[in-house]
Amino acid sequence: MAAGYSGPPPANRPSAASGPGGWAGLRRRMPLATLIGQRLVLSAVLLWAVSVVVFLGIEALPGDFAQTYLGQSATPQAVANIRAELGLDRPALARYADWLGGVVQGDFGNSWASGTSVTEQIALRLGNTLFLAFWAALVSVPLAVGLGMLAVHFRNRWPDRLINVISLGAISLPEFFVGYILILFIAVQGGWVTFPSTVYAGMSFGQRLEAIILPCATLVLVVLAHMMRMTRAAILNVMASAYVETAELKGLDTLRIIAKHAAPNALAPIINVVALNLAYLVVGVVVVEVVFVYPGMGQYMVDAVTVRDMPVVQACGLIFAAVYILLNMTADILGILANPRLRHPR
Amino acid sequence: MDSYLKYLGREAALGRLSRREFMGRAAALGVTVPLASSLLGSSVLAAGPQKGGHLKCGLQGGASSDVLDPAKCTSQVCFMTGRNWGDTLVESHPTSGQPVASLAESWEASPDAKVWTFKIRKGVQFHNGKEVTVDDVVATLKRHSDENSQSGALGIMNSISEVKADGGNLVVSLPEGNADLPLLLSDYHLVIQPNGGNDDPNAGIGTGPYKVASFEPGVRVTFEKNTNDWRDDRGYVDSVEIVVINDATARTAALSSGQVHFVNRIDPKTVDLLKRGPNIKIENTSGRGHYVFIMHCNTAPFDNNDLRLALKYAMDREAMVSTILRGFGKVGNDFPINETYALFPEGIEQRSYDPEKAAFHFKKSGHSGSVLLRTSEVAFPGAVDAAVLYQESAKKAGIDIEIKREPGDGYWSNVWNAQPFSTSYWGGRPTQDQMYTTAYYSKADWNDTRFIRPDFDKLLLEARAELDQAKRADMYREMALMVRDEGGLILPMFNDFINALGKNVEGYVHDIGNDMSNGYAATRVWLTA
Repeated sequence: MAAGYSGPPPANRPSAASGPGGWAGLRRRMPLATLIGQRLVLSAVLLWAVSVVVFLGIEALPGDFAQTYLGQSATPQAVANIRAELGLDRPALARYADWLGGVVQGDFGNSWASGTSVTEQIALRLGNTLFLAFWAALVSVPLAVGLGMLAVHFRNRWPDRLINVISLGAISLPEFFVGYILILFIAVQGGWVTFPSTVYAGMSFGQRLEAIILPCATLVLVVLAHMMRMTRAAILNVMASAYVETAELKGLDTLRIIAKHAAPNALAPIINVVALNLAYLVVGVVVVEVVFVYPGMGQYMVDAVTVRDMPVVQACGLIFAAVYILLNMTADILGILANPRLRHPR
Repeated sequence: MDSYLKYLGREAALGRLSRREFMGRAAALGVTVPLASSLLGSSVLAAGPQKGGHLKCGLQGGASSDVLDPAKCTSQVCFMTGRNWGDTLVESHPTSGQPVASLAESWEASPDAKVWTFKIRKGVQFHNGKEVTVDDVVATLKRHSDENSQSGALGIMNSISEVKADGGNLVVSLPEGNADLPLLLSDYHLVIQPNGGNDDPNAGIGTGPYKVASFEPGVRVTFEKNTNDWRDDRGYVDSVEIVVINDATARTAALSSGQVHFVNRIDPKTVDLLKRGPNIKIENTSGRGHYVFIMHCNTAPFDNNDLRLALKYAMDREAMVSTILRGFGKVGNDFPINETYALFPEGIEQRSYDPEKAAFHFKKSGHSGSVLLRTSEVAFPGAVDAAVLYQESAKKAGIDIEIKREPGDGYWSNVWNAQPFSTSYWGGRPTQDQMYTTAYYSKADWNDTRFIRPDFDKLLLEARAELDQAKRADMYREMALMVRDEGGLILPMFNDFINALGKNVEGYVHDIGNDMSNGYAATRVWLTA
């Protein structure tokens, strides 16, 4: 997850105003629309590039689908049968072109291993992943921002230190360890919640919520610190500026200054870090899914990679990439909307 | 007093009396605690299976690529799933390994063991209400033997030349005699399906004690009782649920917290810790699976029998069993058969760690320099540790073993059965003949020691068709000695299957056939209150 965190928030980059006349003019008049248009085109190119990389990656792995699927029990005849049935004996370029042709028409094909429709399976799995991510986000984002404001309010006093120590402690522990600790104390010794957290068709909404308590708590602990510290840093940054001093001199109380005057101006970096963490909640939860036996996308993709099930790996890779791109784009747009200077560039 | 104790035991077994109360009352009668406790155990069995309840199994070995088609069944989850909803023609006896009638009521062979006639049981219904006919059986076997089949049983079916119906009987013809044919048909892929599964191989419709209620690959499978089951000695619980839990820690946590009743694949390293849990029973069964170090007999430097012997004597088997298996297994003797097989050759001297003999043979072989051993974590659990342990014991004999750790990805296609010296494992086979045919017959695809011996092949084929058990036993003895003394196999250990149950699960049957009570665990156990 560290890789996603580096780099400056794109929205704060000075806009490249010095372009060719018409394009620059369009950009000045409708900055948001051109930005979105530009990003959408770039996203499509990026997604295609991802599909090529994923394809090459699978090709580069030792052993093809037929061999890995049959494992030690592969006989040459069974391997040949599978290869012939799936057309694995054809050159790589032709196979890729075929697959791409299907995708362009909205057909992700069938899983090689189970023969079932990839789209159907993914709909289920993606639903589960989003469900977990949604609840984790719903808890963690307000909590992180609230705690961040509290930390600023009590900065350098004990509540600030406590919040910092606890959240840094939580982020320093690997997520599987946090998961196991929760399982040990809450599920095994306490017996208060259900474990494993498997969700399946036919479960009521309440049952689903109950099932995801532990994985949700783990995810919250993992993403909390980063968002909280970013909120704290961004607000503190603004708090050092002159107009906040004015507000203080006017006699406003600190909490009101933070919430009404400092926070809006600190929004852009906060939105960025929240978006990155949301993306992480969707694409980076493989370990949590495995530990809690939660049937989400990550687990599905890992299963598929182990047998080189190309259509499934491709579809998962594309969806993950799309989620990442989409959330980053949303962050940029919200960043612009939150900043009048970027909304009306001179 | 005796009858009163028995009465108490029965009451306790039926859950009307708590265990503590039982012990207390037994003590009042002057019975010692260990005796009372064993009385309770036997009462539980004597009280017989209890019906009802919902059994939850947490199993390793399921993926979203799983299917219900028994032909493509490879994972542990598919294995147990198939056993729950389907039956094979023949089963193997849990302790003797002999063939036992199932959907085939009885069978007989021609004197040369080339033509076999199976009488198919009448009046058995599939879950869809259709009666099992010999045509369904023929269609099933044909589907698995089709040249384009992707069936895991294709290897077995290739040894059959013709399958046909004759009245109500199934007639199987073989090109060569095979005295073990009934046992081969107990293979877990060969589940009898309506019309052989040609209409929908993934329908999950069979004759087993449970019907498939829902199937989410890689997540969960649920079953409900087949109230029309043709057998009354199985399928005691009302419903079964298999949850896929691939993470070992999650699996044991689910068992310790009482969320599941049965888990498979307990890591030997954690057994002792797990035993301390108050609600857990560990069940380990000796099996036929074994961990091996394999040398290609036709590739230098392993084409020299003295070098092979040196490497065999350099193996500290006892240390392997106690360290790698933590005692959950038995030492091997460099041939792939143990006492769980019928006609096991008794009295062959156990080869033990002997650095002097190893050094002697190593010197005699004239080999100088190190020997390269390839290994990987996927070869068997603890394979890399085992290789290092072996390196140490060989060093004492003056043999330098160089270990190359290979990536797990592609190990089975690029290293095993391709490189001259590597680590691997074998699951057991139903018969000695199957084991030798699969991996030691000169023409076998999986002859992973490149053991090419016309005299061995000849014995193998003769023994296969021999219906006289005494003669057959002699032949298997001779074959075992050939592999042990001249083959490329170093077999330090046979591993136990280690499963664990909740305390309220009774009736677990130790089955030498395969893991998880040969896949029948869910159909054989019952839940106590």
